[in-house]
Amino acid sequence: MARRNNIWASIDWLTVVVYLILVFLGWINIYAAVYNEEHQSIFDISQRYGKQLIWIGAALLLGFFILLIDTNFYVFFSWFFYGLVILLLVLVLVAGTEVNGSRSWFLIGGFQFQPSEFAKFATALALSKKMSSFNFRLSRKQSLLQVLAIILAPVVLIMFQPDTGSAIVFLSFVLVLYREGLSGVVLFFGALIVLLFLLSLLVPNYILLMVLFVGALVAHYVLNLRIRPVFRGLLIAAGVVSTLYAANRLLDAGFSNEVVVLAGTLACAVGFTVWIARLRIRRSYIVSLLFFASVLFTYSVDFVFQNVLEKHHQSRINELLGIQSDPLGAGYNVNQSKIAIGSGGFFGKGFLNGTQTKFNFVPEQSTDFIFCTVGEEWGFVGAGVVMALFVYLFIRLIMLAERQRSVFSRVYGYSVSIILFFHFVVNVGMTIGLMPVIGIPLPFFSYGGSSLWAFTILLFVFLRLDASRLDKLV
Amino acid sequence: MVTGIFIAVGVIFLGRLFQLQVLDPTYKEYATNNVLRKVVQYPARGLVYDRNGELLVYNQAAYDLLVTPREVVRFDTLTLCSLVDITIEEFRQKFQEARAYSSYKPSVIVKQISPEKYAVLQEHLYKLKGFYIQPRTLRQYPKPLAAHVLGYVGEVTRDITANDPYYQSGDYIGISGIEKTYEKELRGKKGVKYFLVDVHNRMQGSYLDGRADSAAQIGKNLVLTIDARLQEYAEQLMKNKKGSIVAIDPATGEVLAMVSTPNYDPNLLVGRQRGNNYAALAADSLKPLFNRSLMAQYPPGSTFKMANALVALQEGVITPYTEYYCAHGYHVGNFTVGCHHEQSFRVENSISQSCNAYYCYIFRAILENPKYGGVKQGYEAWREYMLRLGFGRVLNTDFANELKGLIPSSDYYQKYVYRNARWRALPIISLSIGQGEIGITPLQMANHTALIANRGYYYIPHVVKEIEGQPIDVRFKTPVSSGIDSSWFRPVINGMEKVMQPGGTGAMSWVPGISVCGKTGTAQNPHGSDHSVFMAFAPKDNPRIALSVYVENGIWGSTYAAPIASLVIEKYLNDTISASRQWLEKSMMQANLLNPIQILRRGEEE
Repeated sequence: MARRNNIWASIDWLTVVVYLILVFLGWINIYAAVYNEEHQSIFDISQRYGKQLIWIGAALLLGFFILLIDTNFYVFFSWFFYGLVILLLVLVLVAGTEVNGSRSWFLIGGFQFQPSEFAKFATALALSKKMSSFNFRLSRKQSLLQVLAIILAPVVLIMFQPDTGSAIVFLSFVLVLYREGLSGVVLFFGALIVLLFLLSLLVPNYILLMVLFVGALVAHYVLNLRIRPVFRGLLIAAGVVSTLYAANRLLDAGFSNEVVVLAGTLACAVGFTVWIARLRIRRSYIVSLLFFASVLFTYSVDFVFQNVLEKHHQSRINELLGIQSDPLGAGYNVNQSKIAIGSGGFFGKGFLNGTQTKFNFVPEQSTDFIFCTVGEEWGFVGAGVVMALFVYLFIRLIMLAERQRSVFSRVYGYSVSIILFFHFVVNVGMTIGLMPVIGIPLPFFSYGGSSLWAFTILLFVFLRLDASRLDKLV
Repeated sequence: MVTGIFIAVGVIFLGRLFQLQVLDPTYKEYATNNVLRKVVQYPARGLVYDRNGELLVYNQAAYDLLVTPREVVRFDTLTLCSLVDITIEEFRQKFQEARAYSSYKPSVIVKQISPEKYAVLQEHLYKLKGFYIQPRTLRQYPKPLAAHVLGYVGEVTRDITANDPYYQSGDYIGISGIEKTYEKELRGKKGVKYFLVDVHNRMQGSYLDGRADSAAQIGKNLVLTIDARLQEYAEQLMKNKKGSIVAIDPATGEVLAMVSTPNYDPNLLVGRQRGNNYAALAADSLKPLFNRSLMAQYPPGSTFKMANALVALQEGVITPYTEYYCAHGYHVGNFTVGCHHEQSFRVENSISQSCNAYYCYIFRAILENPKYGGVKQGYEAWREYMLRLGFGRVLNTDFANELKGLIPSSDYYQKYVYRNARWRALPIISLSIGQGEIGITPLQMANHTALIANRGYYYIPHVVKEIEGQPIDVRFKTPVSSGIDSSWFRPVINGMEKVMQPGGTGAMSWVPGISVCGKTGTAQNPHGSDHSVFMAFAPKDNPRIALSVYVENGIWGSTYAAPIASLVIEKYLNDTISASRQWLEKSMMQANLLNPIQILRRGEEE
């Protein structure tokens, strides 16, 4: 008995309060988003807001019970949960109901259930379990492979549904690994790849090639602090490229500019590499290697983009990058979403006064685009407050994670914070036109039982772990 | 580090929000007149002409009255109701339905207001806030002709709107006939206009200066292969009879006339009375909505004999000179198929005198052909021929709801006739004379006639000759071969020619000056009197018309079907009926084969 009192006293109530505020704000915004005159009562359970209230009640009950259960339960059954979720993800491919072309849902007696929502929780547990195990070192290849397997198994299964949005969420675990000692080089390469990917879609490849070449030379300078070879390299490259260009023109050989630049630059780069090889500057090898890898990557992006991504993903990325503008087609959601948020102004139009909302101009308003309603009706002030609450929650969770004495709890805490953060970035970023349209819910806000419960479980298990952090080492 | 990322993202997002919500004025402009209204522009459906350019289907303007419940202010309900011809109760109910659907979006409250009523209504419209007019078009038919060929349009069902994003609730779609098969060409393309609407839903002008709008494209006009005058004449001949006429130009596969009676006036299935009229037609025991030409499957009777003769000749089991003796029928032990001759027959006179026994002999020879090593295999080979002759399968025409008829597979007979016993020819010998488990539609029979007229091939029958600005499907331009050598058609066609000459079964329908080749038939009818069947083409050389005629309960082919067919041929080829045959025309037009009690009942309904 004494122990239980202890638990209630050591719960981080601040986090609970922020959670409750967010859930409540979500609920009244769902009410505003699907409000109609025929069903004015917010408790009307034939409407989404009434249903959401039921989900919230159930979620709170769920949270309460999670706090009652002993910490060891979660640690002990980590693998069990993970195995169960993997099983469900396999099952949903076979027995799931197909909605909008993907098999992500079980439909059981009128209730929908989406296993991929719970996969995040189970993966976080399994990851914590693995990384807290006795002989685990991230620097060891075997450990790293095991961790990657844990993360990638649900990703692959979810891609089969296919539900790219939910699968991408698992990328965020990389940040957790980074906290646990993964080399920063991996993050650097990750960022480089994303940057190259975007640039290769935005600018013609041969311009990017020249930029890369200059970048490589600058890197040489930074690493060796010798400016002369850099200048020399630049001059030679410019000379070779322009000679080739002139030759191509004069001889009327008919090669495109792209081929000319590619040939010239690559020839120079090879020459440059051979030349530094004679100087025996070891770090320069890496730069050259990086340069060639980048060039290869740039050219493979186009191929992947055209042949691997689906049509609607292509058009969403193109829309985001401004390559194609189609306000009534692929960009419709984002355009309407920006109009809704933008029209909110500084103070907003006021509760239930959002006209964009009323006319159903923004699709999926109560689920993926719920942030529009916040922006339109509560303005910059309201949207800012909601964002501040979220960011505060993420930071608070990191603080809590850092004060854990067990590796298990710390890894789990980081996972929770980063999963929530990732959802927030992608979802809010999408509504304000900074991210492509990827359909993942805004935690605690979006309409839907599965996601609310999954996020609640995720958060409250951590709160439970945190509450007993002083009990013993796990 | 991680906390740093959180804060950085928070700051970036906050900056973006500030830009969107406070700095950028474009979204403010949308905030003052911030919603788009989409107004659909409905195109007129394409017109339909006959092969000689006579207009068969056109459009008439009609107007739907829409209401947006939220915008309605006090108005004089009584005046409105009297203007659009509905009762106050109906109006109240419709208004409630509209409000239940949405108080912000327009709903149709009165459909298909006539142009005359609209002219008056328009004068009052400025007083009726929240009410709008949506122009639509309705089908009109100058003459009550070819109802089954033309088909009709109706509102889309929920099934269609769920599966095809082009259609919205309330749109029209072709439901039968060419309206259905050529829906994509006839419907044109809906256009869209976007308007900006303010908070109070008042129009504020066009969106993006109309750059996002698309104009409605009028549907394409169709020219049919139907000859309206021939169609009208054929319908007159079939008046007060149940049955069908299908006439084809063998040289092209173009359907010149397609009659299914009893028929109906296509104007009945248009406009506000459509629902009531449709229900009445659907309830009529004579089934006027049923297109017999495509969907009635009759046993062909003796009109099937040419097919069997051709297969026997092609297979080499007989020659044109092979003779069989008819001894008042075909006898094997106790088994007899009755006939009424006592003489020998060759192919030619077996057709002109329609000898049953002859066909029992040759059918058996086909099935027992040693080349196939068994009756079952022989039957399968025979069935293959029947399919190539245009029976037992869908011809892939451009008619909607074409049925495939029935030529049973060998599995069918295995299951229901032979079971475990050995296959023998006798149990299915009635197929030789077109009786038993065979179903052939009038269209298939007409096409088969065209195939004979062409001496071995046909063009897939079709009813559309030209689509404005685009060619008709290439399949209608490609001859389909029957697999039977053209030389075998000579004795068969000579026999068909003799049918119409003195001593032949169709002699009474002889047309002076035209060499008609035909064949009479009697289709067995288990439900009443047999059906009168006739197939014919003319002239013998370079045929211009091939047709099949079915008159239900007409008993002998020679009594109704043959005279009617001969009149249709004479009308098409000579344009007039010769004086010596005027009595025949008159008696055919006046003949009434409908059940008198049914006639009485129809009279009461009208």
